Amino acid sequence: MNSNKDLLTVTDLQVSFSTDQGSIAAVSGVSLSVGQQEVLAIVGESGSGKSVTSKAILQMLPDTATAKGVIILNGNDMLSLGASELRESRGTDAAMVFQEPSTALNPVFTVGWQIAEGLRAHNKNGKRLSRRAAKAAAITMLERVGIPDAKSRVNYFPHQFSGGQKQRIVIAAALALEPKLIIADEPTTALDVTVQAEILDLLRSCRDELGASILLITHNMGVVADIADRVAVMFDGKLLEQGPIREIFSNPTHDYTKRLLAAVPRIGSTTKPRFEAKGQTPVVSAVQLEIEYPGRLNTPAFQAVKKVSFEIHPGEVVGLVGESGSGKTTIGRAIAGLTNISGGSLTVSGHQMLGFKEREFRHLRKEIGFVFQDPASSFNPLMTIEQCIAEPMSIHEADLGPSKIHKRVLELLDQVQLPTQFAERFPHELSGGQRQRASLARALALSPKLVIADEPTSALDVSVQAKVLDLFARLQKELNFASLFITHDLAVVDQVADRLLVLYGGELVEEGNANQVLANPQHPYTTRLLASHPIPDPDEQALHRAVLKSLQ
Amino acid sequence: MEKMSSWLFKIPPFKQLRMSFGVQRIMLIVGLAMVSSFLLVAALAPRLAPYGFAQLQYENGDYFGAQVPPNSIHLLGTTVGGFDVLSRVIWGTQTAVMVIVVAVIMSIFIGIILGLTSGYFGGWIDRVLVLVADAVYAFPSLLLAIALSIVISGGRSGLFTGILAAAMSITVIFIPQYFRAVRAETLRVKQEAYVESAKVLGASSLRIMLRHILRNATRTLPLIFTLNASEAILTLAGLGFLGFGIDPTMGAEWGYDLNRSVSDVSAGIWWTAIFPGVAIVLVVVGNTLVGESLNDLADPRLRTRQGASVDELE
Repeated sequence: MNSNKDLLTVTDLQVSFSTDQGSIAAVSGVSLSVGQQEVLAIVGESGSGKSVTSKAILQMLPDTATAKGVIILNGNDMLSLGASELRESRGTDAAMVFQEPSTALNPVFTVGWQIAEGLRAHNKNGKRLSRRAAKAAAITMLERVGIPDAKSRVNYFPHQFSGGQKQRIVIAAALALEPKLIIADEPTTALDVTVQAEILDLLRSCRDELGASILLITHNMGVVADIADRVAVMFDGKLLEQGPIREIFSNPTHDYTKRLLAAVPRIGSTTKPRFEAKGQTPVVSAVQLEIEYPGRLNTPAFQAVKKVSFEIHPGEVVGLVGESGSGKTTIGRAIAGLTNISGGSLTVSGHQMLGFKEREFRHLRKEIGFVFQDPASSFNPLMTIEQCIAEPMSIHEADLGPSKIHKRVLELLDQVQLPTQFAERFPHELSGGQRQRASLARALALSPKLVIADEPTSALDVSVQAKVLDLFARLQKELNFASLFITHDLAVVDQVADRLLVLYGGELVEEGNANQVLANPQHPYTTRLLASHPIPDPDEQALHRAVLKSLQ
Repeated sequence: MEKMSSWLFKIPPFKQLRMSFGVQRIMLIVGLAMVSSFLLVAALAPRLAPYGFAQLQYENGDYFGAQVPPNSIHLLGTTVGGFDVLSRVIWGTQTAVMVIVVAVIMSIFIGIILGLTSGYFGGWIDRVLVLVADAVYAFPSLLLAIALSIVISGGRSGLFTGILAAAMSITVIFIPQYFRAVRAETLRVKQEAYVESAKVLGASSLRIMLRHILRNATRTLPLIFTLNASEAILTLAGLGFLGFGIDPTMGAEWGYDLNRSVSDVSAGIWWTAIFPGVAIVLVVVGNTLVGESLNDLADPRLRTRQGASVDELE
């Protein structure tokens, strides 16, 4: 590694935040470098300091943060730059691509204006770029990132683009000044897996065709395998190891890296027997189910679910897979009586949900457990874990009495492998994984026949996700409840589901035994979904990518 | 003691005191000091005041005399009506506290109930209530207060009806504020997953409203409370100044004293106007300081923290 040639070198970076509880070190002693035309991926769990490290490079930290150390970007010592030099450096030396494209773009300006903004903010050769020239440059940029019909769409507003297109536009804005380094902070986390593959392709072409280096922040090992040249692993503000990608994947030295790699779920790695339900009355049966969201004045209603038919049998885990907007959450909510259905028939525990009345359905609610996506918001912050878990019992079985309910809560905590002293804690005192366990405990409190899990692990880190999935599978086997497991992640559903339903645009495109669907998909969409799912192994992923290419 | 102080630091103004820093902390401490001395004076008024608020004579039957300048017997002089200014100012705190308490308690209760129902159920209840609240908002508040005080007490009255009249007119003006704050918070909290989760568990609407929404929707209330307290005092003083306040023989009230001292000012008699005026200003400033600091401290983006800048760490 020749340090003269490196575009970015970070030496002994320390970042601390002052909070109400005093000073907290977010990054301590991180040293790393990015060479020319190199993709360095920083991986780590939430709170590992990877985003803070990337923000420190362009001095984008909040006022409460203090950074020490040396950051040399393209020959400039970033920590000692004055305000105007720093402004000059932002955009030209390095540019950022943010996680959430829908909030990174200003909704009241056209995308062309936003791309041109960076161009006009920097005076090349002492002269400000004219408005017309800036717009022409914006059109070129849009074409370069693959927005079709760029000439007219340069005048569109952000809401007129899809999520993937918005991320392309954010990348176009970042590329506008031809920065030498692109800092991409979880650029694909908010996107569907098929779109993710396209964005990663675009980033790869930025490196290959434009010669940019990329600093990629991600928690997804599949993404790392797909694009990175070198990997840096961070944990708890420290850099554990860094090295070429093949070395890290095939021969990790640090225990944490080994654990992280082992926890990444891979399609086809489970030996889970797929349960076949026979001859019992289904817990849920949907026939030609339709769900509409009413449109605004003069706009037709939006049909979220179109003529979907399926059944969930007792003791069976049905995985419902689809991208955002495919209607999968809507179906889950309809079964739980949170969304009214507009056509067809949906029977839950023998109760017809068409013409839903809360009063008639209420007594059946104890037969349904629901695990929400975000464990941070699904508990009332002012109630203790015990009160939260006890709530279903105090609603439906109030005659049990406080001492029996207390005993049952401790039993449930034990079942989900949480220490019983957690009963007195408040939700914010638990970690994400612990909270999701508590959420599972609450769902199971009344021994329901059906548990609906809506993306229960998508807000969790990989290593935590593995444990929660494990727990879910074990409890399901023990208590033998039927379950609808909603997720966008094929690898996750592979771990838990017996049968798969694949939704696309509100329609059920494929249904069948999980092994069959994942090994031998019939519908072209399922094929594309599978091919887009990155494999956490650089060599396999290269082959996998070729398969995806051949599909297009 | 340890336990006591940890408990103390959980209730609104003291909790914020602990996380405050720098100028914000000084503002909050000054405000709290002013408010607590105001409350203390009100509680100890019978002991602190040298004379009664309606007293005109000494014990031996001699009159105080009107417009006597400050001297050793009447530290702040006497008014045109022959009352002792210092005593009137001190007794006036009691009236002010009572009006604030009655007005704010009434408006908080009604405002919270209306805001919760309106925000949670939505639909036509919500539309009607918002319309009414907006209409009340648009009304000139002092005019409304005058109208109400005439309706309740025929314009001029005794201590209790006077206080009630002032308090109720203030209540009517304040209800929309609490209503809007609670409604907005309810709309926010209603979207939270834990409310949805309670719904899935089969909890009744009443249970969801009381257990899950109410306690999470009241975080802005201490702020509105302190700001409203100062507005309540100003409205009371305004009513008194316009002659719709409390009869001087029934209770001491700063606005009334100011009204009576208008003609004194041009005659060079300064002590009758300045002291009640200063009392009003101090109480309002104290309340506002507490309210504004609470506002800044409630928002993490406005809150300054210890050691936030680079040079302080080095």
